[in-house]
Amino acid sequence: MISLTQIQKLLTDSRPETLEALAKDAQRLTEQNFGRTISLYAPVYLSNYCSSHCTYCGFHSLNKIKRIKLTGEETRKEMTAIHATGIRNILLLTGESYKFTPVSYLKEAAMIAKDFFQGIAIEVHPMQTSEYQELYTTGVDGVTIYQETYDKVRYTEVHISGYKKDYDFRRETPARAAAAGIRQISMGILLGLSDVTRDVYELFCHLREMEKSFPGVEYSLSFPRLRTIKGREFAICDIDDRTFLKILCLTRVLFPRVGLNLSTREHPKLRDHLLGIGITKVSAGSNTAVGGYTLKTIEDQDPQFDTEDKRSVAEIVAMIKSKGFDPVFTDWRPIENKA
Amino acid sequence: MNTSTLPIRDTPFILAGKAFASRFLLGTGKFQSKQDLANSVATSGTEIVTVALRRIDLDHHEENIIEYIPQNVTLLTNTSGARNAQEAIRIARLAKEAGHGNWIKIEVINDSKYLLPDNNETIKATEILVKEGFIVLPYVSPDLYVARELVKAGAAAVMPLGSFIGSNQGLKTREMIKVLINEIDLPIIVDAGIGAPSQAAEAMELGAAAVLANTAVATAAQPAAIAQAFALAVQAGRLAHLSGVPQKRSLADASSPLTGFLYEN
Repeated sequence: MISLTQIQKLLTDSRPETLEALAKDAQRLTEQNFGRTISLYAPVYLSNYCSSHCTYCGFHSLNKIKRIKLTGEETRKEMTAIHATGIRNILLLTGESYKFTPVSYLKEAAMIAKDFFQGIAIEVHPMQTSEYQELYTTGVDGVTIYQETYDKVRYTEVHISGYKKDYDFRRETPARAAAAGIRQISMGILLGLSDVTRDVYELFCHLREMEKSFPGVEYSLSFPRLRTIKGREFAICDIDDRTFLKILCLTRVLFPRVGLNLSTREHPKLRDHLLGIGITKVSAGSNTAVGGYTLKTIEDQDPQFDTEDKRSVAEIVAMIKSKGFDPVFTDWRPIENKA
Repeated sequence: MNTSTLPIRDTPFILAGKAFASRFLLGTGKFQSKQDLANSVATSGTEIVTVALRRIDLDHHEENIIEYIPQNVTLLTNTSGARNAQEAIRIARLAKEAGHGNWIKIEVINDSKYLLPDNNETIKATEILVKEGFIVLPYVSPDLYVARELVKAGAAAVMPLGSFIGSNQGLKTREMIKVLINEIDLPIIVDAGIGAPSQAAEAMELGAAAVLANTAVATAAQPAAIAQAFALAVQAGRLAHLSGVPQKRSLADASSPLTGFLYEN
């Protein structure tokens, strides 16, 4: 494993040739391990009820937004619209609320999603192994859970109240999901929350731990940068594009087979350039508000964060093809998940 | 190149009672476009392609890989994405139900870092699927005892890896594969890690029955051209094997220092 000092040295090396050399290595390894393919997914926000107060999030419990959660019928309507764009990998998202979006609610949403999608993943509050097991046997294959930051002091500062305050319970979440049988686990840090060097290092350590304990899981990492929310700045990310790319390339070189996701929070130009350098999965045509696809007007929407890449799925597909990649809608067809 | 015009007459490649003229198998993942894949199938003359059932996109007409594979090519569905025997069995049954035939390549991988196959689970899946009437081609790390179990289980071939999947490292397991070729009375098809036509030729020279390549073709600048190069290299290696490749000798090996005295007058 790389050391903290080595990461530090790399991230502070401002020579363009260092970055170019790293990017070339990353590109070669990405092509070797993932071929000339890019997977696609889209998020669907089911609920913005949240019992946690995270200072940087548009859904946090004290933020004065209209709280809603989709009914089964509304979920179906949103999914119909996403399905029509061609997307077959869906990420179900909620705020963190055991009360409003308990496992029974998530199961129901997953059951509906099975009618539309081949790959179902969730990004919701951390749960117990038995709850993940219930969702796995319902048809959920993936779990996304970011530690946000591995800096415990900073973690306490930005996660003021709610379940999310419990650092250790959150850190053990990927292990509980893996123990339940979940096939794909996405981990990550929120860039801009704390010292980037330490966070990247700790994330790599966490991933190594997971690889050793649960080698069969397909892992991916994300490095979301903090965004404005409805134009307002809640927290500022000081990670520039060069550092961001360095982090992605370093990840690829150290973890050649680990997936790297890139959401629409990044701007189109950067997204286009990052294809194949290390990125293996991109979201497309995303809306980050509950009911944002079909139920609410733009003015009425309360997004979790502002997206930068507003291109449609068709436009993203055309772009991927023009770059010489095969857009993959179905990564893995589902097989019946058994406990 | 037609094998009947060779100075040494080759027997056809018989797999599960079916005769094939080509000893080159092609994998279908990682291509830039399905058209590149179709072109590679055509230029290589391959008669067996392997497709991951879980990767077949039934929804998107344009994306459905099956539609790019000619009818006369044998489809070898694989169980990629299975983490244990039970999942491999489930995938094999799904493939059969979906009308993809009963040829199945067992891939059981429970390690996402090295993608090494789980030999024990592979044996279990082979035993069950053979009983269900499948033609089973198991993908394994080369091991003599495992290969013997697969023979007992009724496998149609053994597919040992040359090196890590997608690594292009060639025959890192050369000596182990030689043991299988010598000891196992089933076709030995070298699968995984073959990154260049020369490596494919090397496997064939050793006596492998066939070679499978995927990444090296899919990620080449010109997939269809390198696919043809692979097919030719496989033929060259096969011909070399049939001809008896001369052993390497050191330069200063002219006389018989040990036994020459027996012939002195």
